[in-house]
Amino acid sequence: MNAGTLSVRVREITELAPTLKRFSFEPAHGGEFPTAPAGGHVMLTLRDGDKVMKNAYSLVSAPGQRARYEIIVRKVSQSRGGSAFLHSKVAPGDVLDMAMPGSLFSLASTAKKHLLIGGGIGITPMLSFLAELKSRGGRCEMHQLSSLDEAPVFERLLAPFSDDAEIAIHTGGRAAFDLAGLLARQPLGTHVYVCGPHSLMDAVVSTAAALGWPKGKVHKESFGAAAGGLPFKAILKRSGIEVEVKENETLLEAIEAAGVAASCLCRGGACGECATAVVDGELDHRDDFLSDEEKAAGKLVMLCVSRARGPRLVLDL
Amino acid sequence: MTVQFKPAETFRDMFNFKKSPEDILRFPFPFPEDEYMYSVNIEPHVKGGPTAAFQAAFDIDEHYIAECRERERVLKEDPKRCQVLPHMATAEWDTLELIMESLASDYPEHFSLSKAGDVWTWVNRPLGIHQTFTFGKAETLPYGPFEYITRQVQGDFTLQDQRDDMLYVDGGMVTTQADWSFEFNIGMSFMEWHGPVPVAHEAGVFERALKYLMRLQYGQPVRRLNWTMTINPRLDTSPENYPVWGPDRTTVTPENVGDKVHLRVELQTLFRLPRSNAILFGIRCYLAPLNDLVKVPKWRRRLHRVLRGLRPELAEYKGMTRYRQTAVDYLAALDDGAPTSKGIAPEIDKLEG
Repeated sequence: MNAGTLSVRVREITELAPTLKRFSFEPAHGGEFPTAPAGGHVMLTLRDGDKVMKNAYSLVSAPGQRARYEIIVRKVSQSRGGSAFLHSKVAPGDVLDMAMPGSLFSLASTAKKHLLIGGGIGITPMLSFLAELKSRGGRCEMHQLSSLDEAPVFERLLAPFSDDAEIAIHTGGRAAFDLAGLLARQPLGTHVYVCGPHSLMDAVVSTAAALGWPKGKVHKESFGAAAGGLPFKAILKRSGIEVEVKENETLLEAIEAAGVAASCLCRGGACGECATAVVDGELDHRDDFLSDEEKAAGKLVMLCVSRARGPRLVLDL
Repeated sequence: MTVQFKPAETFRDMFNFKKSPEDILRFPFPFPEDEYMYSVNIEPHVKGGPTAAFQAAFDIDEHYIAECRERERVLKEDPKRCQVLPHMATAEWDTLELIMESLASDYPEHFSLSKAGDVWTWVNRPLGIHQTFTFGKAETLPYGPFEYITRQVQGDFTLQDQRDDMLYVDGGMVTTQADWSFEFNIGMSFMEWHGPVPVAHEAGVFERALKYLMRLQYGQPVRRLNWTMTINPRLDTSPENYPVWGPDRTTVTPENVGDKVHLRVELQTLFRLPRSNAILFGIRCYLAPLNDLVKVPKWRRRLHRVLRGLRPELAEYKGMTRYRQTAVDYLAALDDGAPTSKGIAPEIDKLEG
């Protein structure tokens, strides 16, 4: 029943390719992990000295595999630091904080056939899908785009599913990959799922649309819109205190952490309970409660999801 | 805390239903204020809460055995009360896993689950069930996985599929419902099955609730309370059986109102399921006669004020028009006019009288 954070111990690190490593985690305090969502992702908190990074990774392990969670991480040169940190500084035995797995990329229950397209490291959620489809017995076709030198790595990762799914690895680059032909020959009732570089995901979405695919049958990987945003200062006028709202926390969380009891209920921008009067400051409204007129007026803010659009916000609280 | 089950209780015919003092105090009284209006009153479903009914993912109380037997009788008479569309098969196993693991962890004295790979053994001591089966293989259970496990929990359940930015009710076990038909609703969209509710549509309640629910995250279940009133402690007030229970509404008199009129509360819970991405919706029904509720000073004052001020279209929708005034008169005599505090907790440890 608890959202909570999982404490995980690095059990094993396997180098799959010069820039690809698989990390296998076990629960740090014993027991089992929750059943992972098919296509789900986890958020790791990585602490490198004073620097705290939060990075999301798709789980590649099967949903029913409760003893271990596995991710595959690509070390990218222009990474914000999280992936490089995992590659160079994390060792077996280390204990990390992991948010409960989330699910924003899932298999359609009514699909007659599942068409999976992965680009490079975009293979990761597809491995979870393939494992789930194997246990369901769902009809499936998988296309993986890869550089020539990494093709054997992806081949090994996909091998366990080759009896149940049609699998093809394409090493000829995007130009040689006949996306339109692939989408055009799918039977009615097929759903397509794509994960990879934005250009690939955009190509799948636009090609499918051009061929007349219904929007609801095209799915692309997402870790969700960032819950946070730029940091800002909230001044609680009646309480007479100032609260720093960090980039990865909500206004409500920051106010609660400062010991001010704000009225709230759903914590998701729907119920209206945490509506608070705004004295000064520009708003980034993210709720479903206020009407467009109320949002434009800027007199009320829903603390649980909305933020300041600027450095400072003064609240009647 | 050990619950004393009451297997001889019945929820039909002659009715044999009595709440212990502990059972009255744990009632999830639904009114946080002295007046009632629809709202998106959803909050995280975390352990703890104003009464003991909020201590578990799936609440088990002293009526457990009797309610499971009542469900069995309803299903025997009308098997269509449990239906699951074929594309929800994965959600069925998700449900079985969630309920078995929750019950075994919340009530180890009553339930246990052990696993050897995919071969699971489930023990339900109150119902005398010991079942070994293979997870994922429906033929190893006496019923489909959803029906199998929901026969062993109090309250109704529906399964919602999420597709095309909408929720569809594509499965359910519905035998203790407040006048809605699952057979009629199966396959409907969220907006369609809430169609008959008055006032709330204009207030935009369903649009907001739908958006919120489509974002519901795995591992972060939510809950809300809903309520109506029922004459006699009858669980199955289905439209299919209206001829059986509808006439009860004409039997309320000033003499019997305290015994006959029951506040019916639904503790509604929503869980995102992992493999299927479906939503499991639990509708756990609690009944309490006015005579039990008036033993809690805060509740008797508040119930009087809520019923007295209820908008007529809501009273009509909830089927209370015939006996509402009788109930208000009965409660008015017990309301001393003292102010009440916000929230639903009874604020006493022992009942009066």
